[in-house]
Amino acid sequence: MTAEPTRGPRRLTRAPRAAQGVGVSVARPDGTLKVTGEFAYASDMWHEDMLWGHTLRSPHAHARVLSIDIAAALAVPGVYAVLTHDDLPTSQTRYGLECLDTPVLADGVVRHHGEPVALVAADHPETARRAAARIAVDYEPLPVVHDEATALADDAPVLHPHRDDHHAPHVRHPNIVHRQPVRRGDPDAAAARADVIVTGTYTVGMQDQAFLGPESGLAVPAEDGGVDLYVATQWLHSDLRQIAPVLGLPEDKVRMTLSGVGGAFGGREDLSMQIHGCLLALRTGKPVKMVYDRFQSFFGHVHRHPATLWYEHGATREGLLTHMRCRIVLDGGAYASSSPAVVGNAASLSAGPYVVDHVDIEALALYTNNPPCGAMRGFGAVQACFAYESQMDKLAAELGLDPVEFRRRNAMSQGSRLPTGQVVDAPAPVAELLRRVKALPLPPERQWETAGAAPDVRALPGGLSNTTHGEGVVRGVGYAVGIKNVGFSEGFDDYSTARVRLEVAGGEPVATVHTAAAEVGQGGVTVQAQIVRTELGVQQVTIQPADTRVGSAGSTSASRQTYMTGGAVRHTCEAIRERVLALGRARFGGTHPAWEHAELLLEDGKVVTEAGEVLAALADVLDGQAIDIEQEFRHRPTQPFDRMTGQGFGHVQYSFAAHRAVVEVDTELGLVKVVELACAQDVGKAVNPQAVAGQIQGGTVQGLGLAVMEEILVGPDAKVRNPSFTDYLIPTILDTPTLPVDILELADHHAPYGLRGAGEAPTLSSTPAVVSAIRAATGRALTRVPVRPEHITDTP
Amino acid sequence: MDFLRPASWQEALAAKAEYPTAVPIAGGTDLMVEINFDHRRPDALLDLNRITELREWETGRQTVRLGASVPYSRIMEHLRAELPGLAQAAHTVASPQIRNRGGVGGNLGTASPAGDAHPALLASGARIEAVSVRGTRMIDVDDFYLGVKRNALAPDELIRAVHLPKATGPQAFAKVGTRNAMVIAVCAFGLALHPDRRTVRTGIGSAAPTPVRARVAEDFLTAALADGGHWDSGRPPAPSVAAEFARLVAGAANPIDDVRGTAAYRRHALGVLARRTLGWTWQAYREQDRSPACA
Repeated sequence: MTAEPTRGPRRLTRAPRAAQGVGVSVARPDGTLKVTGEFAYASDMWHEDMLWGHTLRSPHAHARVLSIDIAAALAVPGVYAVLTHDDLPTSQTRYGLECLDTPVLADGVVRHHGEPVALVAADHPETARRAAARIAVDYEPLPVVHDEATALADDAPVLHPHRDDHHAPHVRHPNIVHRQPVRRGDPDAAAARADVIVTGTYTVGMQDQAFLGPESGLAVPAEDGGVDLYVATQWLHSDLRQIAPVLGLPEDKVRMTLSGVGGAFGGREDLSMQIHGCLLALRTGKPVKMVYDRFQSFFGHVHRHPATLWYEHGATREGLLTHMRCRIVLDGGAYASSSPAVVGNAASLSAGPYVVDHVDIEALALYTNNPPCGAMRGFGAVQACFAYESQMDKLAAELGLDPVEFRRRNAMSQGSRLPTGQVVDAPAPVAELLRRVKALPLPPERQWETAGAAPDVRALPGGLSNTTHGEGVVRGVGYAVGIKNVGFSEGFDDYSTARVRLEVAGGEPVATVHTAAAEVGQGGVTVQAQIVRTELGVQQVTIQPADTRVGSAGSTSASRQTYMTGGAVRHTCEAIRERVLALGRARFGGTHPAWEHAELLLEDGKVVTEAGEVLAALADVLDGQAIDIEQEFRHRPTQPFDRMTGQGFGHVQYSFAAHRAVVEVDTELGLVKVVELACAQDVGKAVNPQAVAGQIQGGTVQGLGLAVMEEILVGPDAKVRNPSFTDYLIPTILDTPTLPVDILELADHHAPYGLRGAGEAPTLSSTPAVVSAIRAATGRALTRVPVRPEHITDTP
Repeated sequence: MDFLRPASWQEALAAKAEYPTAVPIAGGTDLMVEINFDHRRPDALLDLNRITELREWETGRQTVRLGASVPYSRIMEHLRAELPGLAQAAHTVASPQIRNRGGVGGNLGTASPAGDAHPALLASGARIEAVSVRGTRMIDVDDFYLGVKRNALAPDELIRAVHLPKATGPQAFAKVGTRNAMVIAVCAFGLALHPDRRTVRTGIGSAAPTPVRARVAEDFLTAALADGGHWDSGRPPAPSVAAEFARLVAGAANPIDDVRGTAAYRRHALGVLARRTLGWTWQAYREQDRSPACA
């Protein structure tokens, strides 16, 4: 099933010309401020008379809370409030993105290490922290479930015995959050036609978003009994929908404003301090600021799902895929978060950007006592991509084919059908992207060799640690390509709202844009202004702060904001243009025949014909009047996947990227230097080419991090072992290779300007490309990421 | 938490005598992390930043007296010739910002087995100048590390300086971490050739409860170099000798499994580093004037 995209008023036949408009690398307003340290992040907020909130968290992964004694904490001078579950104002004490399963504060049981148990507000953050340490909690530890075997055992402790979510009736064990099969064709018969069959089991570790700005916000109680909340988040209205009910307030009494966000990558889709800060503010009657330190932050947001993926592929001697079977087990941790949607993505995208007609796919997410996992850039598609790309290399090797040539023979293209039955109805240049990265010249060999005697260790594995001067170093090259959906899927009513005001100020036409879209560093505010300049021919555009006084913009995630809020801004601008032209016809219609007949454009503050003839100045048309319109924009509708077969028009749009990785591996020490990581990506239309390149490079490096270093380590006791940047390593600039970027612009005619969501696809293929290159250098199978030196050196 | 700010070295010693539980702080690159993570809440901090002589060094005829707070960045810039092993280790410490603040005194005071300076101090044969109101004593680095984060300082003592013999031959330091910069050691190894005495010394970091020397390996290599006449001929030791040296170095470690790496990998990696650093230092020895260096 397909539907026409939402149409605005008349489309123009020629694009208007605009300085600093769509397609131009307009500089972002926050760039210099961030680099020079002057940008005001949420953690920089200050309010006269404010208190500081602190969260007491569980040291256990699973325990009964027998009692909580807050007396000693309340006795600390400077403490204004200590809150536990018993202090919650209404009977609704749980929240969640998809399932209301997460307690605001532990209600008799803690289900993961770091779960919030109590809150303190005090006049100094140190006082709040010390008071929290005096809260006496009596825990009775319970057995933990930490993997599939322990979670699905017959006698496994059931984490959520009273589930009422819509997936609950369909799972065979209550510790399964959601399970999605996808079945198509006849894999058994197809397997019989295969000349080679390869299987593999792959493991993906738990990656953290590791955004720079920790969770923070400021809650200010209002005289009307409500609260004003300033917070760094990804989706204001989703927060609001979850916050208001547990505060016992109507949504109009909780007014939210976005504050400076220091990165998100999915980690701010779930609530962190929002409800806690509001509770403390409403209780004390004072503004309350909460800022997590890095340790708290590691417990304060969900992570990328660790996964175990079993795959079987078959192919003919000619190098054509016959069938694919896979089973993907995602560890959702203690609460559902967005696990069901992650399952849907993993299942529907598990075959990758390849044509394979006969599939038997199963993806599921577990409830365990591990840290909750949810949204992170790539969202279920990252885990699958590592597995299917590893399989592609394995198949190519088995068939004696070049890995790029093997992929090319099976690459999907426009008109191909996914395992879900959905036809890809926009350009899908999978083979072309691979061809482009392969065609790039390889970086020079042995770049560490210098004219002098001493090697440049920065160019070697181990870098500044001086572990090799070339000994044991072997180069490897690897390729990978991936497919990511754009926007919210599976029938979700995904929309964005934009309000645009056009008026004359100081004789010049000016536009003001108001949306609730969260600028998290992706460049959304820049893009919105570019679109207004192009659509309304106005140079001066003001972007108002994002808040809940305007309708929802949806989430800054799923690569969707340029498509959706950009689309909403454009859609609203089109309505404004129609209004301007109606005004113009009323005022000046008799002066020129073009007013009645021609396609008219707004350019340079004037109404012009397609031929460029000026009909009137905008200022004269408006004549002191302001035009102010708020409109919603929707992408074409999608459908849920069938629960048994996984069939359905589930996704809005697809995004493709390919990588070539060149690595130097110290094969004796198992250390890796990624020398170059080239990416080619189709973005449909680069609305801001520099920002697009930044997204591609950022996503690529985040994928590199997953390949070789980034992992939250969780023990069999389900406790986090490395909640700090001391031992959760993210790439430094010395770990960051040269990142050539090749941007294709093949328009998707369903989308505004033909654009394609760009932020996530590069995160997918980066990881398997790097691992493929390490395999090429070492000959090791390397079935898990991150790859550790132990794996490369085969040391236990 | 009390914050003591002595204006002079004498005041600092008096303060430490009066408040023996006060923890000295100079660059703060280690202690502040401990405090921020709430791993440690000292009763008092003894701020040494007003005592400028701690950031100075003196180069003598045979030794360098290195003030406890001389930042790593200064060691890298100014003492590369005299203290090549320590200068190389300084290069691997954290980030440029941290290297501008942190110094060897902090590494010694904390006595973490992962401190980057220790292998170089062990390999060069450093002595620690420990001072209290009772007087000054020199502690041999071999006697300094007592246990995990425990050292030989008395409660009233402060580290004034570290005395390191000026290098008489090539030295090398190498550290394994799973990132190419700004990383805590999974394991580290320092090697110093002492052509003047025709001995070698080693230091192992992050692979035992304390920084340790691989004494059996040192003795083996010292003997092998002498027996083979290598000091005079300059010929590199045979691969079998290098391999045995590597095996003995790995055997000298007593590592554990932790989030940074496994015990088996640490042993393996130390062997590789031992072999490589021997290769590099011997190559350098061959290329330089083989007579013992004179100041």
